[in-house]
Amino acid sequence: MFKWLEENTPKLVLAPSFIAVLIFVYGFIAWTAWVSLTRSRLLPKYDIVGTIQYERLFSSPRWDTAFSNLFVFGFLFIVIAMILGLILAILLDQNIRTEGALRTIYLYPMALSMIVTGTAWKWILNPGLGLEAMVRGWGFEDFTFDWLVNPDMAIYTIVLAAIWQSSGFVMALFLAGLRSVDEEVIKAAQVDGIPTWRVYTAIIIPSMAPIFLSAFIVLSHLAIKSFDLVIALTGGGPGYATDLPATYMYAMAFSRGDIGQAASSAMVMMLVVFTIVVPYLYSELRSKDG
Amino acid sequence: MADTSFTPAGSGINWGKIALRWMLYVMLGLFALFYLMPLFVMVTTSIKSLEEIRTGDLISLPREVTFDAWRTAWSGACTGIQCEGVRPYFWNSVLIAIPGVALSTLIGAMNGYVVAQWRFRGANLIFSLMLFGCFIPFQVVLLPMARVLGIMGMAGTIPGLIFVHVIYGLGFTTLFFRNYYVSISPELTKAAKVDGAGFFRIFWSIFLPLSLPIIVVTVIWQFTQIWNDFLFGVSFSQAGTQPVTVALNNIVNSTTGVKEYNVDMAAAIIAALPTLLVYVIAGKYFVRGLTAGSVKG
Repeated sequence: MFKWLEENTPKLVLAPSFIAVLIFVYGFIAWTAWVSLTRSRLLPKYDIVGTIQYERLFSSPRWDTAFSNLFVFGFLFIVIAMILGLILAILLDQNIRTEGALRTIYLYPMALSMIVTGTAWKWILNPGLGLEAMVRGWGFEDFTFDWLVNPDMAIYTIVLAAIWQSSGFVMALFLAGLRSVDEEVIKAAQVDGIPTWRVYTAIIIPSMAPIFLSAFIVLSHLAIKSFDLVIALTGGGPGYATDLPATYMYAMAFSRGDIGQAASSAMVMMLVVFTIVVPYLYSELRSKDG
Repeated sequence: MADTSFTPAGSGINWGKIALRWMLYVMLGLFALFYLMPLFVMVTTSIKSLEEIRTGDLISLPREVTFDAWRTAWSGACTGIQCEGVRPYFWNSVLIAIPGVALSTLIGAMNGYVVAQWRFRGANLIFSLMLFGCFIPFQVVLLPMARVLGIMGMAGTIPGLIFVHVIYGLGFTTLFFRNYYVSISPELTKAAKVDGAGFFRIFWSIFLPLSLPIIVVTVIWQFTQIWNDFLFGVSFSQAGTQPVTVALNNIVNSTTGVKEYNVDMAAAIIAALPTLLVYVIAGKYFVRGLTAGSVKG
């Protein structure tokens, strides 16, 4: 008995976590998947009736807005944050004397809660007393900057705040990548008289492909999970112009009492995440074993 | 790297190079302004009076500094019907974060130790399954979790929130420790086993003393995650057990009475202070956690 216990200690130590993950991750996903195939409304029902919830979902104009917002927001957020992060990293890589301080400044928003970020930008962008009023006060009476309350533009305020929050993190990733490029290769290129910008475009940036990939994965993950920022900044409004799948799911689950819609929208979110993350994780784990 | 290649070999001062250098610093400075502006606006707004906010402009310094808004934010602002400020919710967050961080870090350390050093058949599969758990959008577990917490009698309680944070933090904490322990030679464990040391003894006397850096990284990561969480907080709490992020959102969006922007900003800064402080004190480890969470191996 004692010997058995001793031999199996590692398994016993890992077992509770494993069981917890099986239940609270995989079991819960299965539950949500199941319920998404039922007629559940206020209370869950367990008779499978097919894809009726998904049909309702994709014929709902609100979901339509939320889902296309995800792609508009996700695309702009990822692309701009990557470009900005790369520019910052390259600028900082030029033997800057105050690098440490600047890095701290560029990255601090990442330590904030999205609710704090949303609250701050909501105040800055509010037309009545914020940026718009300030510029008008400078004498530009016709200046308008009402994105926050303009249904066509409000989604871009979310893009702006999200970039402000996360671009410093992309910078940190890229900076680490720039520094890990083989110094010898760079020196050799410089000896050959290749201009600095060519060294970057032809040697350094291509060698950072894996970092672009991880930055992409992290940012797309952040984009899909974006919930707090929308709640704090626009509350999904005006109307539901800035709804994202995450806020749609929350509204269905906790204020509309429509569990079927909440479950099916959650499943769609998970599918989006998995189409991005699974190939990545798969290749990561394989390359590690191999 | 910059001091190369722009110089045509030659004499004297290179004005082109100096101009370029200046431009570089100006650009870096402008970017710094972009990141600092919201913080600056928050701080100055929080110490202005409402009167001054209405008449002055967004980025002007306060003519008269007042801490009334801070006092209200801390102990008087209304979150819906209650008007106790963020103070009780701040302490809720502390009560959630401390056990949540401690438990998930401890369990993650043990898990990582097993997966990295005591490989058994299936250990890698278990690790992969846990890793996938890091990437799910939490919306997919919200509904069943709400029901299970109800069944366990923990709905709307602080222990319930701690439980949720520990469960969904495990993937990352395990990953951190696993990646750290994997770089420690398995020969060490083998030698200790030959000397008769057991599983816990080896962990306690060999691995734990080596673990300070990764413990710091994990604690900071988990603390930031739990403190800044909003989704779990808003889904699984009730009046009285809400974390500070939820209270902040309620204060900002409460529709009763006059909109007190200075109070909103003070409350936001209070909610942000703990993680900001951690970032300023231990920024290096914060960054390491961020990058370890994304670039594995």
